[in-house]
Amino acid sequence: MFTKCHANERLQLILGLLIGIGFGFFLQKGGVTSYDTIIGQLLLTDFTVVKVMVSAMIVGMIGIHVMKSLNLIEFHTFKGSIGSSVIGGLLFGIGFGLLGYCPGTVAGAIGQGQMDALFGGAVGILIGTGLFAHFYPAINDKILSIGQFPVETIPELIHLPRWIVVLVFVAGLFGVLWFLQILGL
Amino acid sequence: MLDLLFETEWSPYLAGAGIGILLWCSFLFSNKPLGCSTAFSRTSGMIESIFCPDKVKNKEYYKMFVPEIEWQWMMVFGIILGACISSVLSGSFQISFVPQTFQAAFGDNILLRFLMALVGGIMMGLGARWSWGCTSGHGISGMSQLSLASLVAVMGFFVAGIGTAMILYSW
Repeated sequence: MFTKCHANERLQLILGLLIGIGFGFFLQKGGVTSYDTIIGQLLLTDFTVVKVMVSAMIVGMIGIHVMKSLNLIEFHTFKGSIGSSVIGGLLFGIGFGLLGYCPGTVAGAIGQGQMDALFGGAVGILIGTGLFAHFYPAINDKILSIGQFPVETIPELIHLPRWIVVLVFVAGLFGVLWFLQILGL
Repeated sequence: MLDLLFETEWSPYLAGAGIGILLWCSFLFSNKPLGCSTAFSRTSGMIESIFCPDKVKNKEYYKMFVPEIEWQWMMVFGIILGACISSVLSGSFQISFVPQTFQAAFGDNILLRFLMALVGGIMMGLGARWSWGCTSGHGISGMSQLSLASLVAVMGFFVAGIGTAMILYSW
């Protein structure tokens, strides 16, 4: 399905741009391209980021699993590890707390005129990714492979059919939104 | 309906649902998860190759992620445009150097804010590539696929993010 479309490089560049424009538009309208909103989430005073992410997960998860069951799309998962997912996740998180944007919202923040996102954040991320590329052979050799996970996905880990896990997650995510509503957050 | 385009802020549920639908589009039409941090890697490689092209060509990492303009690079460029369009339409576009919350806690020193953002950005760039993804790649695309690596990475993002922000703002 759509393999011709996937192989057309010029068309893919245009599609990337269009999807990005939509993404930036929604992020900005959702208020999550603002440092104040993101840092409010990390200080647990403003739950906008969680609301946006959870809503995106619910809609995204149902849609892509339907499309996968209809053989319209392929998934892109890989095996994580303690050395990669835990250490990398924590490093990212420290950066998240200091910067107050993530790689996607830093781009959105630049679009709405935040100069700290451009000269501080984006420049920093470029330096960080450059450093990683430089040290990749050593990091890959010594750290990334530590404690590799046995499987790629949560359904494989807990030995349940994919759709049951999807339904449990969707219910749980709705529960999170409902809980935040009850708490008045 | 059209009024919605000019509003300053949408319900987070609506904005999130829109992002979820974009995830369908990127899987269906482009065979790609939504993600942003690889584009920074490629850009970093492109900038470095201006100065030392041979060194970049020989780096193992840039053989996997060739420093070139491709789908995701255009996507991240699109995010800048999309956020710009959205903020101009609602009249909230504004050139700003120090965010309000930061100013209230640490004062309006531009250099301090830029320095903290720079150090944070470096850690984030390292961590994003270290865990093979960011808040969109793991948080939205990976979680939607029920990826175990993404669940663990996202927990790391928020545990360390909340901890760091709490320490910073408790001063």
